[in-house]
Amino acid sequence: MSSDYEFSDNEGEYYDSDEMMDDYQNDEDEEMEGDKYNNHNHNNNNMNDDDYDYTNDDDFRIPTKSKSKSYQVEYTSLTQSLVEKSMKEEVDHVSGIFGVEPSTATLLLRHLGWNKERLIDKYMENPTQILVDSGCQVPETIPSPSSSHSVDDKSSSSSRRATRSSSKLLLLSSSITSPSRSSSAQKKISSTSDSSMTFTCPICYDDSPSLIALSLTCAHSACSGCWTAYAISKIRDEGEHCIRCMTEGCAVVAPDEFIHRVLRDDDDGKDLEGRFEELVVRGFVASNPKLKFCPYPGCTNTVSCPSAASKSVLSMLVPIVSCGARGIPSSSQNPTSTSLSTATNTSSAHTKEHIFCFGCPIESDHRPVICAVARLWMKKCEDDSETANWIKSNTKECSQCQSTIEKNGGCNHMTCKKCRYEFCWVCMGPWSEHGTAWYSCNRYDEKGGVEARDAQSRSRASLERYLHYYNRWANHEQSTKLSLDLYAKTEKKMTDMQITSSLTWIEVQFMKKAVEALEKCRETLKWTYAMGYYLGRGNEKELFEDNQRDLERAVEDLAELLEGGGVEMEKEKENVGGLRQRITDKTVYVQKRNEIMLEDTAIGFQDGRWKWNVGVDGFEEPIEDFGGVV
Amino acid sequence: MASISSRRLSKELMEIKNDGCPVGINLVNADDFSTWLFTIEVMGDSLYQNEKFTLQFRFDQQYPISSPAVQFVVTEGRQAPVHPHVYSNGHICASILGNEWSPVLSVIAVCVTLQSMLASCKEKHRPIDNDRYVKHAPENPKKTRFHYDGEFTV
Repeated sequence: MSSDYEFSDNEGEYYDSDEMMDDYQNDEDEEMEGDKYNNHNHNNNNMNDDDYDYTNDDDFRIPTKSKSKSYQVEYTSLTQSLVEKSMKEEVDHVSGIFGVEPSTATLLLRHLGWNKERLIDKYMENPTQILVDSGCQVPETIPSPSSSHSVDDKSSSSSRRATRSSSKLLLLSSSITSPSRSSSAQKKISSTSDSSMTFTCPICYDDSPSLIALSLTCAHSACSGCWTAYAISKIRDEGEHCIRCMTEGCAVVAPDEFIHRVLRDDDDGKDLEGRFEELVVRGFVASNPKLKFCPYPGCTNTVSCPSAASKSVLSMLVPIVSCGARGIPSSSQNPTSTSLSTATNTSSAHTKEHIFCFGCPIESDHRPVICAVARLWMKKCEDDSETANWIKSNTKECSQCQSTIEKNGGCNHMTCKKCRYEFCWVCMGPWSEHGTAWYSCNRYDEKGGVEARDAQSRSRASLERYLHYYNRWANHEQSTKLSLDLYAKTEKKMTDMQITSSLTWIEVQFMKKAVEALEKCRETLKWTYAMGYYLGRGNEKELFEDNQRDLERAVEDLAELLEGGGVEMEKEKENVGGLRQRITDKTVYVQKRNEIMLEDTAIGFQDGRWKWNVGVDGFEEPIEDFGGVV
Repeated sequence: MASISSRRLSKELMEIKNDGCPVGINLVNADDFSTWLFTIEVMGDSLYQNEKFTLQFRFDQQYPISSPAVQFVVTEGRQAPVHPHVYSNGHICASILGNEWSPVLSVIAVCVTLQSMLASCKEKHRPIDNDRYVKHAPENPKKTRFHYDGEFTV
């Protein structure tokens, strides 16, 4: 993950200039797209000025979030086909500039990680070199006298001809006569019947006359069956979309149409065509820091979030985005996820929306806390929580040397194995003071005991502190998980309510809304404990904790009302109206508190108000805080 | 349908039977299409004069798309050559058996490559990480991800 950002930092300038060019293009393109999609183009927020146009296609439900709140980021959700479209725009642009076939332009762009600026520089410098490096053509071995005789009669573009003749595509075969055909003829299909010699595939050694020989620009032929098996193995087993010639030492890359051609020969291969497309899109998305592939299994959507494209801004905002899809698709799911989103629209199943963080690998909404701190916390929980819990409940520390001691039996007269200090397990005071009255441990207020407990409490306080935050964090997490049950229960209550009261379906929706609000707020609350743990002491933290307290109280009130509401309702059915009013009020209040919490922390990040008790990238040195670094 | 691998191997075998093996290489056993054995000697002036090694090829259904598992046999008194790219358990660190494998290569081509690898050896010693590798090595050398760097194996 971090490498993505390093990349973005370095290459930022390139993308900026790209963007300017794209913007210019998009102005023209937008009208065209409007025509194409206007049968269901009812989006009114065409505010995006980034690389991608949002069109409200069927399979593309979630609208662009306009940035109305300071804790939200602007982003656009893209289906695979939309990403493919923008890939095609890039390819067409390059293909137009250089006068090369789109398939060649595709390979060139992929070779340089879709960095158009760099590609143009390199191409201007030495077109042959970059064509060879990207696997579009074979390295020049002998000067080609044949290139002169076959110069294209289509003299529309001098640069085009220069490009073509400089490429030694013509070396490969006499069957290619015109350079304009040469690059598309990378996929050369020559039947063995063409030549008098019978073709023997160098891979499978088959020489039957029906064999179809295929080769790339390098003219290393193999039969179509071997090509198919090879492409399948590369795509399925290695997840590779850059498929090179099979011949040893040959670096020529197969263009996309060639791959599709060989995949279509085979039933297994046909199934992999979609996978191949997906791999290509993933490669494109991974090379662009403004894009991120949805991490949910089986999902092929992409989110574009230009405002979170560099690492430095992640100390000021939390880029939580949604790809627009819900749930986990079944294996037969088509890649555009059309059927999925429409299915969940109608079904009442509570499927999880694909919410994830654009800035880090956490696949949930970790607002209000920023990525760096959220990850610190996650790491700490992974490392420490179980061990810490056990230590806390099973051990004490020797009040002299602070070794951790587990009492596994016997009397309360303890002798530390390390420093031989003798003490009482109950009061932690020195054993020597106990005498015969030890069992009452009535020396609680004695000096020795107090000191011993002080020493212990000092070293234990950090653990206590961690567990304070961890337990609350875990509790909210657990409650969020339980909300699935609550959802089911609520659904039943809603049905009951329609039967037992005069409320209509639309009027009982308040229950569902309340559960949704509850779940959302618990998620927020959960992460406020991660934030609270690392927040440096001070007035800012006090205010933060006030907000946290208000939100928590509101959440618990609402939860109680929802859980208990059913019983109450059973008893006095005539009171449904009152219950509805109370739940609706509480829901609105909870949402308001949540809003305040998120808004305030987000503004705090923008203003640089928050101070941490640990070192966090992009912030000043940690402030002194007791028990901060544990 | 006969798989590509058996069709291809039967052709390779036929070629070996018709044309014979290159000098110093002899087919020992090719009774099926899963395991073949060859003996390999380095001819002429070399550090391995009068030494004879047994080379084992194992093929899966995807051969020649996927590379064969090739190693020296180190059982029944047979030894792996002492070579900076050959581990004492017989595993070989050669790029053509790993990421540079090409379906165009054949069993004989691999034999010849390994023969010349031995012939060009200037100093007989085991790979520097031999002990560590052999201790944890998988049974099938294809499961090892070698790092190829020309001079040494790392």
